[in-house]
Amino acid sequence: MKIIVCIKQVPDTAEVKINPETGTLMREGVPGIVNPFDTFAVEEALCLKEKFGGRVTVLTMGPQQAVEALKEALAMGADEAVLLSDRAFAGSDTWATAYTLALAIRKLGAFDIILCGKQAIDGDTGQVGPGIAVQLAVPALTYVSRINRVEPDPAPGTIEVERVLDEGRETLQTGLPVLLTVVKDINMPRLATIIDIRRAVRMKIPTWTAADLAGADPEKLGLEGSPTRVITICSPPGRGGTVDMIPAERADEAASVLVEKILAEKIL
Amino acid sequence: MAIVSVNGETCIGCGACVDACPFGALVLVDDVLTVTDKCTACGACLEICPLMALSLPETVKGPAPDLSEYQGVWVWVEQFGGKAQSISWEMMGQGRRLADRRKAALTACVLGHDVGRIARQAVDYGADRVFRADHPGLAVYRTAPYAAVLVDLVRRFKPEIFLLGASLRGRDLAGSVATELYTGLTADCTGLEIDPESGLLRQTRPAFGGNILATIICPRHRPQMSTVRHRVFEMPPADPARQGQIIDVEPQLDEARIATRVLNFVREYTEVNLTEARVIVSGGRGLGGPKGFEMLRELAGVLGGTVGASRAAVDAGWIPYEHQVGQTGRTVRPDLYIACGISGAVQHLAGMNTARIIVAINKDPAAPIFGVADYGIAGDLFQIVPALTAQFRARLK
Repeated sequence: MKIIVCIKQVPDTAEVKINPETGTLMREGVPGIVNPFDTFAVEEALCLKEKFGGRVTVLTMGPQQAVEALKEALAMGADEAVLLSDRAFAGSDTWATAYTLALAIRKLGAFDIILCGKQAIDGDTGQVGPGIAVQLAVPALTYVSRINRVEPDPAPGTIEVERVLDEGRETLQTGLPVLLTVVKDINMPRLATIIDIRRAVRMKIPTWTAADLAGADPEKLGLEGSPTRVITICSPPGRGGTVDMIPAERADEAASVLVEKILAEKIL
Repeated sequence: MAIVSVNGETCIGCGACVDACPFGALVLVDDVLTVTDKCTACGACLEICPLMALSLPETVKGPAPDLSEYQGVWVWVEQFGGKAQSISWEMMGQGRRLADRRKAALTACVLGHDVGRIARQAVDYGADRVFRADHPGLAVYRTAPYAAVLVDLVRRFKPEIFLLGASLRGRDLAGSVATELYTGLTADCTGLEIDPESGLLRQTRPAFGGNILATIICPRHRPQMSTVRHRVFEMPPADPARQGQIIDVEPQLDEARIATRVLNFVREYTEVNLTEARVIVSGGRGLGGPKGFEMLRELAGVLGGTVGASRAAVDAGWIPYEHQVGQTGRTVRPDLYIACGISGAVQHLAGMNTARIIVAINKDPAAPIFGVADYGIAGDLFQIVPALTAQFRARLK
């Protein structure tokens, strides 16, 4: 079974502090991490490989240092990794990102399953996964919380998954090849051992540029190919005012003060 | 990937942009600003610079495409089990406002089976025209046939703006439709305005877990597509006397070519449905174990609300993941959010800091949760929560 995982390196928001005076983000020295949802995608790929055999390829698009994210995936057990990095890709929005990743996936050849995290924690769009699927003309099953069954035979095979929607869980079946985006409760990602990490560090990771992607239309890459433009960025308005602290010497008194205040807000 | 360029003559090396860059892509070396290849062209630094020394390349090549044939505002009316989702009507309110601003018509797209009533409701909520695609193959949402119907309609009737709800189905569908149409899509918008000069849709959305607000435009592609966050915009009033045109469209669905089948659906979030909840009572590490949540359930029950949780409580296995509020869980916007024993990590705050009223109950008076709360009690939640439950029960009878 040929499995491809698309991952993204994101700033570790756990390390991000907000400057209390200016309300802006303080990101100095914030390390890059693998987008947490993508680690579930890598883990699921490895589980599928353990069950069906095959090969797991990890793909990311980003600056040179995004290679660190790929090494983490290799340390977890992925077989190979490719970095897409080129000035021509810079400034890609979700459309151009999906377009570029899809070109790279075509270059990798036939596949059975593409796995992505449900969204990245910096952009929070969740658009790139479905975008890749449309570019490759394969079905996309989003927000997958469980792979119930994969039947590789008869070729090209079928898959049955459970996915999370706003009102409940849906069971879906579709044909392979397929793209899945996964949510947090699908699995518990394994931790790489020191030996794995050492092995991953030694593995060669090729960098592909626009010139390596057959059929890439330069007008559809990077900022040029992106339909959307960010025009301003600002800090959200604060919640304003300060907290009204209710004395807590006696619980029932504190509760009764709070109940009155909430009732006075007329929201219940 | 250095994209932002620095005007070396104007830059004074003040470093304001270095702090503003969300990616740490700007570096000052000996007071000279360098843009490293971490730059993603997000634009955060442009407005910060007091001397306007930073710029993004103008990539618009050639004459602007003629977009004048794209007119009108469209809304996708999401339905589930024969009922329209409230987000759909919230968007109709916004759609009406934007359409009036553009002096154009508002169109609703209703897809499903036996959806005549919903089509009529769309008129009540402000649509001038409704495209109704009524077909057994559309009874239950599936990405491919829904996207095919919408893509076909957009290609034929060319709307200028197309809004979809930022529900899970809406995001799934919008991502497919925008990719197929090669147009811009802005996710999870919390603000939609028409730029008075250019007439473009200015779409504002939170990013980085709600820590920044980005305003995004789509200058050269149509339609300008957005998914819109739930419970940000007011529900418009329904007017049963409104007039509108309902047009039936015949979807060309070939089941043999649609690979995906829905086998089963288990409705299970009736208790949990955090995104719809008006009141959420949420618990964190301070609850000490799964038993603490029973206490919260009782309070939530009295308030007609539902129970949420911090990541710490979910990771500890005290409560299932679907209750998790925050960056890796759900983003919620209730009228009342009561945080019990939650310290208030940035990721949790990102998921709930737009609630109307936030109440924090925590032992530690220095907990960051008090920084976003409207009311706080620094005390023992095991005494305060049952007291609240009893008193609300008495008062809300």
